[in-house]
Amino acid sequence: MHASTVLLIEIGALLFGLGMLGRVGRRFGLSPIPLYLLAGLFFGHGGLVPLSASEDFIAIGAQIGVILLLVMLGLEYSADELVGNLRSAAPAGVLDMLLNALPGALFAILLGWDLKAALVLAGITWVSSSGVIAKVLGDLGRLGNRETPVILSVLVIEDLAMAFYLPIATAVLAGVGLLGGLSTLGVAVVTVVAVLVVAIRYGGPISRFMSVKDPEALLLSVLGLTLFVSGVAAELKVSEAVGAFLVGIALSGPVAHHATEMLSPLRDLFAAVFFVFFGLSTDPADMPPVLLPALGLAVLTMLTKVATGYLAARRVGIALPGRLRAGLALTPRGEFSVVIAGLAVASGVQPKLAPLATAYVLITVVSGPMLARLPDYAWFKNLVRRRMAAQRTTGKPLPSVE
Amino acid sequence: MRVRVEQTPLPGIGVRHDLVTTSGRTVGVVSHRNGRRDLVLYDVDDPDSCLASIPLTDDEAEALADVLGASLMLGQLAGLRQQAAGLLTEQIALPAGSPFVGRRLGDTRARTRTSASIVAVLRDREVIPSPGPTFQFEANDVVVAVGTRDGLDGVTAILAGDTDG
Repeated sequence: MHASTVLLIEIGALLFGLGMLGRVGRRFGLSPIPLYLLAGLFFGHGGLVPLSASEDFIAIGAQIGVILLLVMLGLEYSADELVGNLRSAAPAGVLDMLLNALPGALFAILLGWDLKAALVLAGITWVSSSGVIAKVLGDLGRLGNRETPVILSVLVIEDLAMAFYLPIATAVLAGVGLLGGLSTLGVAVVTVVAVLVVAIRYGGPISRFMSVKDPEALLLSVLGLTLFVSGVAAELKVSEAVGAFLVGIALSGPVAHHATEMLSPLRDLFAAVFFVFFGLSTDPADMPPVLLPALGLAVLTMLTKVATGYLAARRVGIALPGRLRAGLALTPRGEFSVVIAGLAVASGVQPKLAPLATAYVLITVVSGPMLARLPDYAWFKNLVRRRMAAQRTTGKPLPSVE
Repeated sequence: MRVRVEQTPLPGIGVRHDLVTTSGRTVGVVSHRNGRRDLVLYDVDDPDSCLASIPLTDDEAEALADVLGASLMLGQLAGLRQQAAGLLTEQIALPAGSPFVGRRLGDTRARTRTSASIVAVLRDREVIPSPGPTFQFEANDVVVAVGTRDGLDGVTAILAGDTDG
């Protein structure tokens, strides 16, 4: 058979299979991300059905998938929202980083890994999945809840922090020394701040430059600009993901709205390829030894996420049930953790990192949305109510008996 | 009397407006970026969480705003529509001091005196359609009557006890 024919058959069968998997997952209220990862594990090296002809195609598709994931994330926020949030939610963001990035780093050191791997694992455990959490909040009808803005602002800060973290991680993994790392970081900080300033001041004119009237031209120009800027960013060692994220932020108003609508199907397609690709690059035989550590790490960092949400919600005066809802909702890790792990895999740091990250994301992204549902159950509400009543009675000083 | 409407940005999703009513309940509207709206009602026990989140289409939101904005479509409420010109439908609340509380509909002799008909009575959010002459009024009943302007004003006056029966 001709190589391109095999490619068509492989890609076709793969996408069709993913479609069916997604359908099954939705029936159980499951996010498709873990299913795509499992599908990748199933196909890849050491898997049951190796895909050989389409490997290059999937690798490029995965790269486009990361870029589209990030540009869509940027499109969701306006620069004003990011900066406005920064002031009010910075303490929550710092708390989030300390509570969730540090356990990842310590865990890596405990496993005897080097500092590069520790930096990567810190990133993986730090970032919650904006996509999965936004979907869960919508599904549970909690968008109107008082703690929801707290959750969203933690996500916003995390996503913004990634714009600084990813270039640092890229530089460190590329093995540039201290001086090189600092200069990369400098370039990244200047770029990110410049884009934010430009987006706030001139977001309107830039967006007006791209007409909304011609959908085809808009699709091509937004996609083209994103890929171009990502490429340039990668060349500057700032990481292509950050470039795409910044393009998303710079676009605003109707252009952003229409671009979101048009890019969504493309994002869904290539993001699925990206998750499969990540699964592909992991040998299933490497999984069993890391399952237990991954489970431990998942339990530990889900607890710290709950604490993060609890404290962030308490800071703005949310009551106990709302604090628990905020904490439990933040537990799933997803696309960003996989993006970071992907970076590490590409640079060949610590071979056990990829299987650990896969298992970790699988565990949190499946159990997280389930945990988020906990506060809606009657027994949980009763438990919380009793707890609150108990606190109220013990909290008050008892009247002294003469 | 001004009502304080609070606006909360929801980054990545849209914006939420909410207000606390005099009765202490909080209601809000979540406006999504893509134009979708959710009407949200908050829990009394746990004021941070919403009890219900009801997605509304553009048309539904407009209809609800109309109803709340006082141009109440009474005709549809009682399953009636204003059909002939000059014929009106009106909701008349039985005043607390009405002489007909506890008495029968026939006693009002409303139709004979005003040629307007009492076609339904609303009681405790229930509609009692076409009550007969033996139907007994209770306090807080709301009468749905059909007739001319003069006839309906007559029924209002009779129920209030302003005319001597």
